[in-house]
Amino acid sequence: MTESSHGHPGAGASAADGVQPVGATAEQPEPRPRRDGAAAGPEAGGTITLQVLRYRPDREDAPYLQDFEVPWRTETSVLDALTWVKDNLEPSLTFRWSCRMAICGSCGFMLNGEPKLGCESFVRDYAPGPLRIEPLANHAVERDLVVDLEPFMASLRAVQPYVISDDRHPVPEPGNRQTPEQMVAYGQYSQCINCMLCYAACPQVGLATDFLGPAAVTLAVRYNKDSRDHGADSRLPILDNEGGIWPCTFVGACSTVCPKGVDPAAAIQQAKGATAQAWAAEFILPHRGEGR
Amino acid sequence: MQTLRTDVAIIGGGGAGLRAAMAAADTDPQLQVLVISKVYPMRSHTVAAEGGSAGVVGEDDSLDRHFADTVSGGDWLCDQDVVRYFVEHAAEEMYQLERWGCPWSRRPNGEINVRRFGGMSQPRTWFAADKTGFHMLHTLFQTSLKYPSISRLDEHQALDLVTSNGRVAGVVVYNQRDGYPVFVEAGAVVMATGGAGRVYAQNTNGSIVTGDGMAMAYRAGAPLRDMEFVQFHPTGLPGSGILITEGCRGEGGVLLNKDGYRYLQDYGLGPETPIGSPQNKYMELGPRDRLSQAFWHEQQAGRTISTPQGEAVHLDLRHLGRKYLEERLPMICHLAEQYVGIDPARDPIPVRPAVHYMNGGIETDVTTATSVPGLFAVGECASSGLHGANRLGSNSLAELVVLGKVAGQQAAALAAEDPVGASSSLRQEAQDIAATYLVMMGRGTEAPARIRRELGEALESGVGIFRTGDDMAATARTVRELKERYTQVQVVDTCPVYNTDWASTIELGAMLDVADVIVHSALRRQESRGSHTRLDGFTSRDDERFLAHTRAHFRASGVPEISYHPVTITTMPPAQRAYGAAGKTADAAAAPRNTEDQGAAQ
Repeated sequence: MTESSHGHPGAGASAADGVQPVGATAEQPEPRPRRDGAAAGPEAGGTITLQVLRYRPDREDAPYLQDFEVPWRTETSVLDALTWVKDNLEPSLTFRWSCRMAICGSCGFMLNGEPKLGCESFVRDYAPGPLRIEPLANHAVERDLVVDLEPFMASLRAVQPYVISDDRHPVPEPGNRQTPEQMVAYGQYSQCINCMLCYAACPQVGLATDFLGPAAVTLAVRYNKDSRDHGADSRLPILDNEGGIWPCTFVGACSTVCPKGVDPAAAIQQAKGATAQAWAAEFILPHRGEGR
Repeated sequence: MQTLRTDVAIIGGGGAGLRAAMAAADTDPQLQVLVISKVYPMRSHTVAAEGGSAGVVGEDDSLDRHFADTVSGGDWLCDQDVVRYFVEHAAEEMYQLERWGCPWSRRPNGEINVRRFGGMSQPRTWFAADKTGFHMLHTLFQTSLKYPSISRLDEHQALDLVTSNGRVAGVVVYNQRDGYPVFVEAGAVVMATGGAGRVYAQNTNGSIVTGDGMAMAYRAGAPLRDMEFVQFHPTGLPGSGILITEGCRGEGGVLLNKDGYRYLQDYGLGPETPIGSPQNKYMELGPRDRLSQAFWHEQQAGRTISTPQGEAVHLDLRHLGRKYLEERLPMICHLAEQYVGIDPARDPIPVRPAVHYMNGGIETDVTTATSVPGLFAVGECASSGLHGANRLGSNSLAELVVLGKVAGQQAAALAAEDPVGASSSLRQEAQDIAATYLVMMGRGTEAPARIRRELGEALESGVGIFRTGDDMAATARTVRELKERYTQVQVVDTCPVYNTDWASTIELGAMLDVADVIVHSALRRQESRGSHTRLDGFTSRDDERFLAHTRAHFRASGVPEISYHPVTITTMPPAQRAYGAAGKTADAAAAPRNTEDQGAAQ
């Protein structure tokens, strides 16, 4: 590619040069099982218009949507489509990504208004388009599709997401025993990849700016429910706080959008229950009934 | 230019970097420890490791067996002092992770469970379902948050090391969020930046795995060692290269060619083991290099399966049943469904080899020290001597924590004992380094995406699973030409914040340096050993000439300077490397001598 191929922002540049998306080949794609709304079948493929939110703080006062015409095939993910745009049309388009296998949590975007991971969303499910790609809702936009993660990182640190020991419960050598049943108590809460889709879906995250949010509360509950941990008392004041768990109104959007099957809504309910119990126990039992 | 002062600077926030940070903080709580990462730590590629992490536990296993498996797996190119240290400390680090909350898979009685892995003579691979790397990374990251002396620079791209009289004194980084360079002065620097798999077109690696740290250390004078030994994982998804864990075969998965035949029995890995009864070091539980080579032969013979994304074989897990698959391999089920539309309980998964891991890296000794004073290296970016010519699956996750701890302790000790003082000349040097990178913005004519694509194709064709002198020479020429074009590389984007056009172009520069070392190291090695296998007359191992580490030194112009240095052999002299039935005989002959078996670490 020469210099002339670059620098056509907003031109809706044609994909007629035949370059294929990353991971795609010129051969006929394999037939796939049909999915909801999928243009499945051996002939799946074509071009789609991506409407991508652009915002460069050094240039623009306000964000705008820029159109890109992108070729796609059955296996083209939305992330593949974005990297194709970056490699072939607009090098300045900015988004986070890495593993492209739904485990690093980098590439969360709003796709037609819904929070999704770009790497495990497929263009075929949005054909014939257009597909609108915007940064995650309820986050400040740093640039293009990159949002500010610092508030979440602060919440993460605040909930003390690590095993807290207790001298009254020394750790046996060489390590703890933990039965598969004990693991079930926290197992699903340990699957969070910090992708922030639940924050984008949560109506309260946008309203209550100091709300810890679904993923951070889930992580607190993950450790509270772990038989190796003795830190629930230490985490209690962080959770039982105006910005802790109480802003949650149990809409449950967090659990619906989670790409890893985590149920943050359930975690928050458990935290609320435990907080109320601890509050009651304080009046009735010394040491919250421990050692009974 | 903004200057920060720290005692220990760790570049890279993956498993190795985080373990090093905690070890440094534990060694001396007075020291300031700074973790610098181009991504938030939980995005680091440790997150994508699936199958498990090795550590000897239980009555049936022994440290000597883990040692022998690793040395023969590495085709005798391992430094045996390092292997010994590693096997002796692996289980204790797995237990350390356990106490930090890692959700290791358990037996019904609550004890640690282990699974079989390729090239390992015993089940000794600790696992957290099939998301072991994810759980290790998140456990390490979350635990690191409790250390008040550890701070981080997230989303800061490291540009180059700064040296003072041959000693590393800091690193120049770029703050992507706020858009300015920062000079980090440090008493010691630990490089923990991971591998470089993205130099190949088809790989299992994330976009961030671009060899930055290898290239930085190399330019600062540290040699890159054994870089010709590139590990192809036998089971990636065709096209995307997405990793399908060796744990699938550890649990009993089998590989079939287009005739439904378990072809591995034709490649010295038989006899065929019964379906449902996997046997260590037989068939599908052979080592990665041998399995990838067998695929190549099947492809040459026309016995592979054509898919729209290229040739493949079938990984058949159907006999394991849905319930077991969902317990042991839930992520694999999800990946297969999402990316190839297959339910592994009903249909086999198409797989093919893809570049996975750099067996070589920045040369270190068992203390993780490089040859450049003040610089340590650990994890995939390093060549500790553990993996030799072919790493065994599940040894690398364990290496992150075993040697990560060593790196943190060593760096802390050095920083406390010999801190480099601030100097105006160093700050000037840092400023000059930043300027050479910043000037790239808004310049050039050569599209980086195109150079990257051509580089990936050149490495696939010249330094793939099998190699010839002619193909390697052609790839060496292509890499030189691409490096030449890179001098005119184009960065369109001039925005100071989150300039990923610029950042990925800097990564491409690192990839070109690393690729140059890979191909020139490969060209010079006239033998076949481990993952370096030649077709042109040098088809067998040649201990006479090449029982030696390849060492590549950077030269400002021209090709890397290649030399050799001896392998450390302590108790296990070179012997024939064999698997399957032949391996049984060879193992008996090659057992370590004069060593006390300290038994399992339980």
